Amino acid sequence: MTKKSSATAESQGDSGTGRPGFAGASVNAALTAEQRIHLFRLMVRIRRFEERSLRAYQAKKIGGFLHLYIGQEAVAVGCCSLMGKDDHVITAYRDHGHAIAVGMEMNPLMAELYGKATGCSKGKGGSMHFFDPARNFWGGHGIVGGQVPLGAGLAYALKYKGLKGACMTFMGDGAVNQGAVHEAYNLAALWDLPVVFVIENNGYSMGTSQARSSAGELGRRAEAYGMAWGVCDGHDPYEVRAFMDGFLDLARNKCKPSLVELRTYRYRGHSVADPDKTYRDKAEVEEYRSTKDPIQVFQNMLVADKVLDEALVGRIDAEARAEAEASAEFAEASPFPDVSDIQKDVYWEADNPSERRSGGRLFFN
Amino acid sequence: MPVIQYREAIRQALAEEIERDPNVVVMGEDVGQFNGAYKVTEGLLERFGPKRIVDTPISEAGFVGLGIGASMLGIRPVIELMFWSFYSVCFDQILNNAANIRYMSGGQIHCPIVIRGPANGGTNVGATHSHTPENILASHPGVKVVVPSTPYDAKGLLKSAIRDNDPVMFLENTILYGDKGEVPVEEYLVPLGKADIKREGSDLSIISYGRAAIQALAAAHLLQQEHNISADVVDLRSIRPLDMDTLLASVRKTHRVLVVEEQRPFCGVGAQLAFMIQSEAFDELDGPIARLSTVDGPSVYSPPVETEQLPNPQRILRAALELLD
Repeated sequence: MTKKSSATAESQGDSGTGRPGFAGASVNAALTAEQRIHLFRLMVRIRRFEERSLRAYQAKKIGGFLHLYIGQEAVAVGCCSLMGKDDHVITAYRDHGHAIAVGMEMNPLMAELYGKATGCSKGKGGSMHFFDPARNFWGGHGIVGGQVPLGAGLAYALKYKGLKGACMTFMGDGAVNQGAVHEAYNLAALWDLPVVFVIENNGYSMGTSQARSSAGELGRRAEAYGMAWGVCDGHDPYEVRAFMDGFLDLARNKCKPSLVELRTYRYRGHSVADPDKTYRDKAEVEEYRSTKDPIQVFQNMLVADKVLDEALVGRIDAEARAEAEASAEFAEASPFPDVSDIQKDVYWEADNPSERRSGGRLFFN
Repeated sequence: MPVIQYREAIRQALAEEIERDPNVVVMGEDVGQFNGAYKVTEGLLERFGPKRIVDTPISEAGFVGLGIGASMLGIRPVIELMFWSFYSVCFDQILNNAANIRYMSGGQIHCPIVIRGPANGGTNVGATHSHTPENILASHPGVKVVVPSTPYDAKGLLKSAIRDNDPVMFLENTILYGDKGEVPVEEYLVPLGKADIKREGSDLSIISYGRAAIQALAAAHLLQQEHNISADVVDLRSIRPLDMDTLLASVRKTHRVLVVEEQRPFCGVGAQLAFMIQSEAFDELDGPIARLSTVDGPSVYSPPVETEQLPNPQRILRAALELLD
């Protein structure tokens, strides 16, 4: 961490293998064994969902793009586990992990990937556009950086209503050079909005490395806007939680924005259409997987702490696989939306005809 | 009935809706302390304070996107674009976020936001500041598009737009801001999607909207005075939703149609209207539909030439006479 705001002092831990500093941070020390297992289970469920969706894609059950989150699980799970009732989340197109982390079920997610009417967006959004406003999850956005002003707006609404919440606005490292992102930084700092901008830095803007796409340090750009900022590894959910807790507190209780960079890694290509052969070595992927795999890292800690044992790990994994398999079966068995559904969910007024106040035609064919 | 300016009518609508609904927020460049680039929001900061009247930096993608995000949580932002010409720097926010988010979420979200500001040529500000994007906006399902021509319509339509649960693009006109008209003291709404017959006639239907409708009225007056031709002038007021019933009723009455628009002809609003009229009332037409648009080219600066590039009463008059010839 380059700049230490008081809010993040607690996250200064031992970066050695045991990481007692992070597990011992108050936000983690307060976790019951059951809650720790829940975090572990979420990470496993995300991975098994992603692996199952990849098989479905390869079997041509899923159209379009599929941006897998495998390798980044500790970020979404660590961050979203800190959400209170007035905390909100918005992210980009690599959104499956956040959706599961906020509590969405696998069935509507897999059905959405299959383009089915039972999908979370009724088959109208697809992989990049998962939403669950009832769980304070606002998408799932396809245009790089386009969701970042929306996140500032969610934070603006919280402040306007006098609610003590924060909006975690996720983006990839590829988003940081978009103009809209900087405009959102400026507005958030200028107006003291309760937003935490979270850069999930997996090292690559599609096939272009950070070194080849971004000048300077990504987090440090906050300094120009007078925002608190910090950088942290993103493979240990304890560390992510300890780190994020202070920034969320800064937003909720002091109504100040911040910009954080979580260093993470994706094992798969940018999307399944990326053969992943041109811009990085397989050895780099293997190095991360063998030393920092977030599920393995957390599992090792929980086993060492006797929160988990081999049998329970096996059971959690088997249940996650079965749940993912069942979601594929659910998706398979679900109906596609009808062509007549194309013009539903476009206008609020058209969907609520008894409350329509306007006249005239809304659709033209 | 009081006679007030178009800009005052908009200001009244803003003030009344701010008073009515605590979630209405007016936001934009220089809308507060500076009193608005075109003085539409004059006095509102003093009256309602900085929570309701918010000055923004020059950062359209930022504050339009922020407004959309806030609207998802129930705020009703009324965002002023100093010129609608600046839609191009916040296009992604308007069309990917405001227009699509309801759809992509399967109907779970709605965006009750209004984006308003002037969209017109005729002020000699060159090609960058003279865009009329109503056709471009209206071609995106999910948004509504309104273009008022009179103070009465501007106030009533804006109040409806602010109460609407869908994103409404509200296109005003710098040349009309100073125009005066009767506006009642008592509250009223003009519903979106309801065209207005601005002048009754029997020989010809001139279908228009925005400032072009005002010019069509002037041309209709000349047609009557100089040529004894009686023109019906239909002011659409709203492009999407579109009141085809009123428009087709006029066509059935006159059997001759001239569409007048401050739009480039290619893929303009008039092209859509002409298509719909011929497909839905072909047998009612006594001849081809005529169309008077902005002369196709970027907006010229040269003041006298720009007058001729845009619809004006003389151009409309000539087009009408040609049609009836």
